[in-house]
Amino acid sequence: MQDVLIIGCGIIGAAAAFELSRYQLRVTILEKENDVADGTTKANSAILHAGYDPLPGSLMARLNVRGVELAKELCQRLDVPYQACGSFVLAFTPEECAALETLKARGVANGVPGLAILTGDEARRMEPNLSDQVMAALFAPTAAICSPWEYCLALAETAVQNGAELHLETMVTGMEKQEDHWLVHTTKGDFAARYIINAAGVSADLVHDMALPHSFTIRPSRGEYYLLDKAEGRRVKRTIFQCPNKDGKGVLVSPTVHGNLIVGPNACPVVGDDTSTTADGLEFVRSTALKSVPSIAFGQSIRNFAGVRAHAVGGDDFILQETDGFVDAAGICSPGLSAAPAIAEYLVELLQKAGMVLEKKQTFVCERRRTRFKELPPEGRAALVQQNPSFGRVICRCETVTEGEILEALHSPIPPRSVDAVKRRINAGMGRCQGGFCGPRVVEILARELGLRPEQIQQDKNGTWLLCGETKGGRADV
Amino acid sequence: MYDLIVIGGGPAGLAAACSAWESGLRSILIVERDQELGGILNQCIHSGFGLQYFKEELTGPEYAARFVELLSQTGVEVRLDTMVLDITPEREVHMVGKTTGYRIEKARAIVLAMGCRERTRGAIAIPGTRPAGVFTAGAAQRYVNVEGYLPGRQVVILGSGDIGLIMARRMTLEGAKVLACVEVMPYSGGLNRNIVQCLQDFSIPLYLSHTVTDIRGKERVEQVVVSEVGPDRRPIPGTEMIFDCDTLLLSVGLLPENELTQQAGIAIDPRTRGAVVYENMETSMPGVFACGNVCHVHDLVDYVTAESQRAGAAASAYVQSSPAPSGPVLEVKNGPGVTYTVPQKIRPERVEKNCGIFFRVNRICGDSEIVVSSGETEIARFKREHLAPGEMEHISLPRVLLDRADDTLTVSIREVN
Repeated sequence: MQDVLIIGCGIIGAAAAFELSRYQLRVTILEKENDVADGTTKANSAILHAGYDPLPGSLMARLNVRGVELAKELCQRLDVPYQACGSFVLAFTPEECAALETLKARGVANGVPGLAILTGDEARRMEPNLSDQVMAALFAPTAAICSPWEYCLALAETAVQNGAELHLETMVTGMEKQEDHWLVHTTKGDFAARYIINAAGVSADLVHDMALPHSFTIRPSRGEYYLLDKAEGRRVKRTIFQCPNKDGKGVLVSPTVHGNLIVGPNACPVVGDDTSTTADGLEFVRSTALKSVPSIAFGQSIRNFAGVRAHAVGGDDFILQETDGFVDAAGICSPGLSAAPAIAEYLVELLQKAGMVLEKKQTFVCERRRTRFKELPPEGRAALVQQNPSFGRVICRCETVTEGEILEALHSPIPPRSVDAVKRRINAGMGRCQGGFCGPRVVEILARELGLRPEQIQQDKNGTWLLCGETKGGRADV
Repeated sequence: MYDLIVIGGGPAGLAAACSAWESGLRSILIVERDQELGGILNQCIHSGFGLQYFKEELTGPEYAARFVELLSQTGVEVRLDTMVLDITPEREVHMVGKTTGYRIEKARAIVLAMGCRERTRGAIAIPGTRPAGVFTAGAAQRYVNVEGYLPGRQVVILGSGDIGLIMARRMTLEGAKVLACVEVMPYSGGLNRNIVQCLQDFSIPLYLSHTVTDIRGKERVEQVVVSEVGPDRRPIPGTEMIFDCDTLLLSVGLLPENELTQQAGIAIDPRTRGAVVYENMETSMPGVFACGNVCHVHDLVDYVTAESQRAGAAASAYVQSSPAPSGPVLEVKNGPGVTYTVPQKIRPERVEKNCGIFFRVNRICGDSEIVVSSGETEIARFKREHLAPGEMEHISLPRVLLDRADDTLTVSIREVN
């Protein structure tokens, strides 16, 4: 019998598991994909919002501001790339200038520190590539950027280190309320737990309906993006928003913690997890972004992608509620990433109110480190290679990732099972050649280390096969 | 301290090192990131290499082997499985390898011979889903020819560059079905002989003025949508063709691999995306030379060899005789019909007899004249029956003509009716 069963291991499931692993509880996470962070968490703007956007008094407002405050320390302790870059919201018309005042007032009410409205010239002095048309900008110094999938991975790994169990490729198919617990049917057998946390992202309504009467509907909204080469990574120093509109926070231009430039998203309702990109969507993103920063060189694009936001119909706040020991964490669209650790604290409060007893674990470890060869000074690199020669073999030349880092990831608490899972852990294949060079080498290492044949190695999710078999002459090493 | 460090052990690096040895240098190091010398030639197992240089038809590995053999008769040192991470303005080369460790070596001269890489899906923004099964042609070539694995059975190829054409034939010979080769331009970017031998001989249709407008499939590629494009290269609605396939290979251009060059602060030409070079392949940083595909993308390895031999000899001359301060410098510019030139700068007094200029044209031309002018004055004209963007062009200018030019030389194309 588990104390808490968490359904879904995106940023919310991982944050909840991390928070619960502080206590003497048996915690299990179920994830239907073959890796954590595989839904909305891996495809978004990667922004930790300052918190001026949500309406004062809402859960979003409270948890956003608290969440970004927690993120700062968490990212440092768990070795998650994080950069306090600050953000601008631009105004191009007198109406938008007035909207900035409203946003600022909201931010002050929400407790966001340091907000200031700048003139166009002041803004351009700080960000010389901004458009001449910018009349004013709301500056939020506490906005930050992070690596969302590494954030999720770090929280999940730390939870596992502290005793939580993670079951990948395990999809929930049904649920039954028993006398004092829930019986959860999955594709990998049954689980019993006193409490359930539903963190199923775009499927949260389906999971809810397995347990309780229907009470909300998730209508996914897709956002498309451009990711540009590091040559464009310094086009702006801060996250540049336009004024929010009915579709959300609009198209932003931002540096990423990996040194690239991210541009997007649009907002388009879709069915299910349709993350395809479209010519029209990308053109909208491109032309809208050029309004903020006219000099962006889109010729430096290295990847397009799209993500789906788990938007709840009619809801403008997170759905965090408990019934009979079943807790929903649903409708977690923006600022979900920003609020994640605060949402986790709130979920624990809900469970406590529902009767769960919390006793601190004396052995709780809140520490995580990984080797980043690229970031070491020459002496550090030399020492590392001397100690372990596999750090001397560069596998990904765009991002300078070594074989040693892949091997380290394979011995981490949540080892990668696919080429993209390696990418999410150590950045191999994230650069300008998009895995053209390192892809075959990563396949070779994964096959060797996992004891599989290369044709069994997947690009990403199950079914994303890369090789269909040996050539007529057979493979090279036999 | 080495006299010369050559970065990259592909055809360019091999030729440069051999040539530097022949011209007298005795302390030379080649740094190669792969486990053997030869670079991309090792996966180019088709024939057609060496017709110009060796006057015989060799495969890629055979061509490389000739130079590896030559190299073995010299005292050139080779460090394999070692990657260069940094070049400093003091000509210190930082490198790391599994067996060689982390080392910083100093050199009197450096030859950059890092080659090029392929453009990817992200660079051309093909819409659709992002399933497995979209490969660059070169990555697929590595899987098939080096690793011995087939990356798919039903294939569409976007781009008619040489690697794409070669892979159309290669995949067919391995039992895959190549459904189409799709080219956005109204002409192929590859060599004519490859169109004949790799597509026509296997009845693979080539769709010119077409492009891929959608990729479908959740886990693995299931369909590729191909549309005709207008003169503006935008897709024409209503012309969509749907191909059921599991693989899309991309052969949509090569980009010189110049991260090290840029980090070192060496001037880059936005037209070639390689270093700006002088007549002897020297870059804006004295004593640092660039040759082969890192400088500009070549069509034939034979030309890479010739260019790299010049770079190697020049590096040797640089080390052995401190070069005199240079006199006037001619800027070489691309005029109408020409996309770029290499070299971009010429120091006439450093030219002994002739100076070669390499370039590409921006469209297919029939009977034409290559016109070299300086200011308003035409100083040379060369006749050609046929010019194509896929084939690199070359002219040779005698020193006496260079002495007649002032400041700039412009190379342009004039079609003769």
